[in-house]
Amino acid sequence: MFEQKNLVTFAFLVIPVLALVGVSEFAGDRLLERIATNFCIMLVLVLGLQVFMGNSGILSFAHIGFMGVGAYTSGVLSMPLRMKSMALPSLYPILQDVQLSPYLTILIGGLVAASVAAAVAYPLMRLSDAAAVITSFALLVVLHTIMVGWSAVTNGPRTFFGVPKVTDMPLAAGFAIAVIAIALLFKESRTGLLLRAVRDDEAAAESTGAHVSMLRWRAFVLGALLAGLGGALWGHFITSFSPKAFYLKETFVVLGMLVIGGPMSVSGAVVGTIVVTIAFEGLRHVEGAINIAQVFPRPIVGLTEVTLAVGMILLLIFRPGGIFATAEIGTLLLRHRRGRDPTEEDI
Amino acid sequence: MTAFLQFVIDWLSLGSAYALMALGLVIVYGILRLVNFAYGELIMVTGYTLFLLKGSPMPWLVMAVIAVCMAIFTGILTDYVAFRPVREKSVTAVLITSFAFSTLLQNAALLFISPRPRNVPLPDIFSETVVFLGLFVPVRNLLTIGLALTLFAVFALLMKRTIFGIAMRAAATHFTMARMLGVPANLIISAAFAVSGLLAGVVAVVWIGRIGAVVPGIGLEPLLIAFIATVVGGMRSLQGAVLGGFILAFIDMGLNFTLPQDLLKFRDAFTFSAVILILLWRPEGLIKGPSSGRRV
Repeated sequence: MFEQKNLVTFAFLVIPVLALVGVSEFAGDRLLERIATNFCIMLVLVLGLQVFMGNSGILSFAHIGFMGVGAYTSGVLSMPLRMKSMALPSLYPILQDVQLSPYLTILIGGLVAASVAAAVAYPLMRLSDAAAVITSFALLVVLHTIMVGWSAVTNGPRTFFGVPKVTDMPLAAGFAIAVIAIALLFKESRTGLLLRAVRDDEAAAESTGAHVSMLRWRAFVLGALLAGLGGALWGHFITSFSPKAFYLKETFVVLGMLVIGGPMSVSGAVVGTIVVTIAFEGLRHVEGAINIAQVFPRPIVGLTEVTLAVGMILLLIFRPGGIFATAEIGTLLLRHRRGRDPTEEDI
Repeated sequence: MTAFLQFVIDWLSLGSAYALMALGLVIVYGILRLVNFAYGELIMVTGYTLFLLKGSPMPWLVMAVIAVCMAIFTGILTDYVAFRPVREKSVTAVLITSFAFSTLLQNAALLFISPRPRNVPLPDIFSETVVFLGLFVPVRNLLTIGLALTLFAVFALLMKRTIFGIAMRAAATHFTMARMLGVPANLIISAAFAVSGLLAGVVAVVWIGRIGAVVPGIGLEPLLIAFIATVVGGMRSLQGAVLGGFILAFIDMGLNFTLPQDLLKFRDAFTFSAVILILLWRPEGLIKGPSSGRRV
């Protein structure tokens, strides 16, 4: 587990995060700091999806639903009491007098998301291929409908506001680094290894004793935990949001980051997040410039999504595994240094 | 008695629309075993074509035909852009490309047309009602039922009697075997997408006829409906898809009547939980399709 290649991978993945923290602290630029914080939160979400999707090979749509669970849980539990009576007038009495430290509720948000996943997901893990994808899609719709409908806790389809702002750059970066370590450790753990065996050949792995549903379930719950943490961090960063934030658009962005980087490797998840974040910020800049210059009669929207969609399709056609298709960055670097042919054992 | 008749007519009309949506999705799924996430956007394309043709001197029927043709074209385009290049690679890759293509089309509509609803031209007949067996029935409901029945009949004939239909069913049963026996794979798949586009286009006209306007996100609800209906009825069986559409319409309307007001907003949560349960109980759906064959 703590082989040289994994340590090198970890080091090389942490470097960009630390560099970003350093630059934004040093430059003191507010916009840069916002982008960096957002990047770290996205990293937590993308890695959460990678833990399940990369190791099990099954596409999951439900992930962003768990992000919503984390965000709402942490928001409700940490909201200042005076704010609460205003923002959530019909909240259950038992929750009305609760105000916990946001640092604690971020963790609770993750745990609640993980418990929801643990409770509902086990039977779904028997399914593969298209059936698995449709059920995860259905799960996303169920979670979304509950978020929209449960007005007492979520303020319904309206904006949920009054969440204390606690997520700053160092906190988000700390979580991002921890989650990189968790994702790498899980991938190299016994469960991760067996799960990857199931992904590559379900029948063969099962015949050697791998418990398919159990393995997938563990990865799913861990993924939901990370999604919940990411959602809670995001909630305390954005401070007001509505259920729309946890639906198909966000799913698409997170999925795009993972697919472009390469879902099978942790390096892919990190690199994909970096690439897409840079592209998004650039495009947003372009979009803003066009809108300010009033080239078109009305403001343009959707340019970033169109570009991401085209990028994803082209990438899947020409390099279906993403940027880091199979091997982690540490493996690649060590192999390069030793100057020998790539062998199967490295992968 | 009148209440009952009213329920039956409403149910048949809603069920016809649902069944058409489901049929369009399952025709592609049957052959490729892959879900087309960009299916809802075929309905959006039809709507926007109608909107763009607004004000032209053509009679409405011609506009509607052009709009349906656009849906067919977009269906074939989906095959070429999102399915054919990655088909051989992995299930996940195709699902992601079709999801990406769906987002691409939606955001293209946002970018080039508008995020706000746009009215589409509709003939007067869509807003008229007739008195039928002592009931006031909107003509468009009867139109939906009539269109659906005609399409089902034509479709059944096509699948049962023509070489094309037989080749398509053969491909859905065992793709590799059909290919070995000389069924041209790419042609059949493109044809399935074209039929899918046709069904989506027709259902789009009546669906948008109910709403009266088109927005970039209009495709999501039909996609979800088609999903549930096919899952309930049977992912691989055409009859199952139609049956699923009618069952779903019945459940939806039943829940509308029976659920208390404060639970009604959770209706989708109930129906989708039912989908999950049905998939767990019978992963193949209520009606089993031809059993065999690996994914293409």
